Amino acid sequence: MNSIVEINNLIFSYSRESGDETTGCIFQNAIDGVDLTIKKGSFTAIIGRNGSGKSTLAKNINALLLPSSGVVYVNGYDTRDQDHLWDIRQTAGMVFQNPDNQIVSSIVEEDVAFGPENLGISPSEIRKRVEDSLGAVNMGDYRKKPPHLLSGGQKQRIAIAGVVAMKPQCIIFDEPTAMLDPKGRGEVMEIIRELNREGITVVLITHFMEEAALADRVIIMDEGKIKLDGSPSSVFAKRDELKSMSLDVPFIVELVHRLRQKGVDIPENTVSRKDLVEYICRSVHRK
Amino acid sequence: MLRDITLGQYYSGESWIHRLDPRVKIIATLLFIVEIFIINSFEGFATAFGALIIVIAASKVPLRFIMRGLKPIFLIILFTFIVNLFIVDGEILVKIWIFTITKEGLYRAVFMAVRLILLIIGSSLLTLCTKPMSLTDGLESLMKPFKIIGVPAHELAMMMTIALRFIPTLIEETDKIMKAQQARGADFETGNIFRRAKHLIPILVPLFISAFRIAQDMAMAMEARCYHGGDNRTKMNGMKFAKRDAFAALLMLLFLAVIILGRVFL
Repeated sequence: MNSIVEINNLIFSYSRESGDETTGCIFQNAIDGVDLTIKKGSFTAIIGRNGSGKSTLAKNINALLLPSSGVVYVNGYDTRDQDHLWDIRQTAGMVFQNPDNQIVSSIVEEDVAFGPENLGISPSEIRKRVEDSLGAVNMGDYRKKPPHLLSGGQKQRIAIAGVVAMKPQCIIFDEPTAMLDPKGRGEVMEIIRELNREGITVVLITHFMEEAALADRVIIMDEGKIKLDGSPSSVFAKRDELKSMSLDVPFIVELVHRLRQKGVDIPENTVSRKDLVEYICRSVHRK
Repeated sequence: MLRDITLGQYYSGESWIHRLDPRVKIIATLLFIVEIFIINSFEGFATAFGALIIVIAASKVPLRFIMRGLKPIFLIILFTFIVNLFIVDGEILVKIWIFTITKEGLYRAVFMAVRLILLIIGSSLLTLCTKPMSLTDGLESLMKPFKIIGVPAHELAMMMTIALRFIPTLIEETDKIMKAQQARGADFETGNIFRRAKHLIPILVPLFISAFRIAQDMAMAMEARCYHGGDNRTKMNGMKFAKRDAFAALLMLLFLAVIILGRVFL
C-alpha cells in the first residue's frame, strides 16, 4: 500500500439559518463529492479562495470533522471508526493557522511534550522526542522559554515540533504561514520542505501560489470541488482558468504569459525561475 | 510593556527551597497557615517569624520581593488594626472624644496585624519559589485521591495550565481592542468612575467573543494532538520525592510539634 490518505466521494455539509422562516435551516455542501488519493512521502498543496472548502477537507482527513457521506481512509482506517480515532490523529498530525491558539503550555518544551504525553509514552522517550523535534525545527535553544515572548514564525515552528514529536506519517498544514511576516513564512516553509525530504507526507493548504509551486502536486479547489489537479507546471499553465476562480498565478507564470502575448516563443508550461532563465539564455545564445 | 509581564510572582532561582517537590511546599504552606491560627501568644509568633526568616534566607528571594506581596493588602491590615483598636472593651488607655483605646484593644490589634502579615508572607513564599507549572502539577497530584468523590483533578490542573498560558495572550488582545477603540475616538481616561466603567463595555464584549473563539481553536488543536483527558496520560517531568523533601517534611513536623507544645504549656 503506498497511499496514506484515500478519500472516496466525500460530501460534507453543514446547516445554517436561511433567514427565511418557511424554509428554516438550509444545508450547504462545504465539500461536494471529492475523490482524492495522497501518496506516501508526497508533497501536495491545496489552493482555493476563502470558502472553497479546503480547510474543511483538511479537518476531514484527521477526523476533526466526519463525512456527511462518502468515506475517508487514513492509513487504512475509516475516520468514522471511533476505536482507531487516536491512531488516525497520530498518523495524520495537523498544524493550524494561528500559532497562539494551538500552544498549550507556558514553557516551550512542555508544549512539545503535550502530544506524546497524550499518547502515554514513557517519560524518558518523551524527553528524547522533545529534544529531537525541537532540533528538527531549529528551536533547540528555546526549550525553557515562554512561547509568548517568541516571534510568530518561532511559535509556528514550536507548534510544528509539537506535531513532529508524535511521529506522524503525514502532517496537514492548514495555512500555517497566513499570519506570519515574510521572514517567519520563509522559516516555516523551509522546515516543511525539510520534513518532506525526511519522508513525512505533507499536505499544505495555502493561498500563496509561491508556496504551492514548491510542492510536487497542486490541487485547486473551488465551491467544494476539485477543479484542477496535477504538477505545479501543468496547473499553473491554466492561467485563465485560475483567474476565473479569482486566484493569482505565480509571478513567473504571469511573466511568461505576458511575454507570449508580446510574441516571445516560450513554452507555456514554464513555471520555475530556473527554467525561464535557462530558456532566455538559450534563446539569446541562438541569436 | 504589556508583553513583558511575569506570570504570577515567581522569582526564578535554583535554591534548595525552589528545588523542593511542589507537593511538599503546598502541604507545608497549608500547615503553616493552620499553625498561625493555633498560635495564641507573641512568643509563638516570634518562633513562627524566626522559622520564616530561615526559609526566606534559604530561598535567596530578595526581601523587597516579599515586601511587594504585602503592599496590596496593606489597607486590609490597617483596617483590621484600627477596628480592633477601637472596638475591644477593657482598661482604658487613651480617650479622644467618643473613641477609646483600651489595653486589650491595643493587644488585639497588634496581634491580628502580626497574624495577617505572617499569613501573607508565608503563602507568598510558595508562589515566589514554585513555578506556576510545578504548582499545578503538585495540585493535580495532591487532588488525585479525591477523584473517588468526584473531584476532577486532572481537568482542574489542565484548566489552570491553559489559563496561565493565555494570560499574556488575552492581555495582548485587550491592548489591541483598546487601541482599535481609541482609534475610533473612544476615551478611557476621563470622567468619574461610573463613566469609566461604562467605557469598559466596548472592550469587554469583543474580548469575551475573542476569548470564546480562541477557546474553540484551542480545543480543536488539542484534540488534533490526541488529547482525551487524564486517562493513560504520562508526564515528561514527573515529580520525585527526594531526600531533601523528606528532610523538609521532618522539619515541618518538628515545627508543628513546637507550636502545639507552646500552645499547651505556655
